[in-house]
Amino acid sequence: MMFNSYRQNTLELYPDRCIGCGMCANVCPHAVFTIGDRQPANLLASRRVASLANKEACMECGACQMNCPVAAIRVQSGVGCAAAMIKAALTGGPEVCGEGGCCGSGEGGNTSCCGPAK
Amino acid sequence: MDIMHADSDITFNNRIEHFLIRWGYRRGEHRVAPGLYAIGNPGRDSPVFVTANYRLSFDALRAALKGIDGYVLVLDTFGINVWCAAGKGTFGTEELIRRIEATGLAGVVSHKKLILPQLGAPGVRAPEVTKRTGFRIEYGPVRADDLPAYLKTGKATPGMRRVRFPLWDRIVLIPVELVGFALPAIVLAIVAFLGPGWLAALGLVTAVLGGTVLFPALLPYLPTKDYSTKGLLLGILLSLPYAVYQLATGLPGDWKTYASTLMFLLAMPPVTAYLALNFTGATPFPSRTGVRKEIYTYIPVIAGMAALGALMAVVLTAVKILEMI
Ligand code: SF4
Ligand code: SF4
Repeated sequence: MMFNSYRQNTLELYPDRCIGCGMCANVCPHAVFTIGDRQPANLLASRRVASLANKEACMECGACQMNCPVAAIRVQSGVGCAAAMIKAALTGGPEVCGEGGCCGSGEGGNTSCCGPAK
Repeated sequence: MDIMHADSDITFNNRIEHFLIRWGYRRGEHRVAPGLYAIGNPGRDSPVFVTANYRLSFDALRAALKGIDGYVLVLDTFGINVWCAAGKGTFGTEELIRRIEATGLAGVVSHKKLILPQLGAPGVRAPEVTKRTGFRIEYGPVRADDLPAYLKTGKATPGMRRVRFPLWDRIVLIPVELVGFALPAIVLAIVAFLGPGWLAALGLVTAVLGGTVLFPALLPYLPTKDYSTKGLLLGILLSLPYAVYQLATGLPGDWKTYASTLMFLLAMPPVTAYLALNFTGATPFPSRTGVRKEIYTYIPVIAGMAALGALMAVVLTAVKILEMI
């Protein structure tokens, strides 16, 4: 499909290391992971294992990587905020999302991060 | 350390503050004192919930805990919501451990379980917190509203784990968008008014309102995945009435008719598209990799269109001035 810049991202899963604990599936807000039986079964590894069911939905928040107990996930986390990136590109500064001010949207101010033009 | 008290009632004053927050009033100053709070009449077995010291986060949590006795551990996130603070790391492993120790939580409750909002997970290494404090972390649902259901079953359903961005969540962002872009929009509108004229000023205001009001509202209904192309399409749609009006009312065959038609078609869409691209940060979907790709793909297009549109405006203004003298 054209006009889709979100086909690729930096998320990587290393199933060999995975112990099937399910933490990644718990923390991911976009249902990127599913936990299923390891195919083929491997006596030296866990019976259950994570797989990437919907990699494209990943927003690179980093929650899975932070909470995986065995470092089986890698992702370059960051905020998908154009305002912060454009500003960083123009000023050469770091990509921060609004100094001291995230706009805080619904869900009790829990779902959105950088507001406009800060 | 002392345990503070809070209840589940959202007062009239709370509501006024929520309203002001929505309009971006004194951003970052809507803080709750960090520390341990008792909600209702908690005992040693009562659950412990963790949240940010942002007014909206804290109020959403305590409102959701109506009729439930529990403790709320408020982290110092500098008045920033859970999700954003987790991204910055202030709702994070170190602050959580510090707060557990400072409040003497281990002496207050007899269990070793903390319930964190799922959206705090990007900032917290649960295994490390357990290792250093003995407390196990359970990630609750994305939305505080789902907490009562979650507490009943001890499990979050897949639906509770998904972040969504429904109409109301998008609508509440509009005031802050409007406030944020009001000043540059007014300045540019005045320039447009003094230049090509009042219709150009109106077109500019339309394009800005398109990007700040219509775009958030229509987000899921606009075609294409990319925010920039969604914005471009919306901007083109908004510029069409202006273009048609120019063609219909201008002198046929006069180059100025075509120049002003082109001016609207070229200048309005990039304004809306730029605002749309800016909105990425306010939504819970786009990855940084994708947004970067969008910037590299579309900023040249947006800038090119805007430059050509501005050129038309300058030429039309110059001719207007020449005709006056
Ligand atoms: S980085 Fe975030 S969105 Fe991506 S898979 Fe991990 S938890 Fe899900
Ligand atoms: S958190 Fe890590 S170990 Fe647990 S299921 Fe996911 S990838 Fe496997």
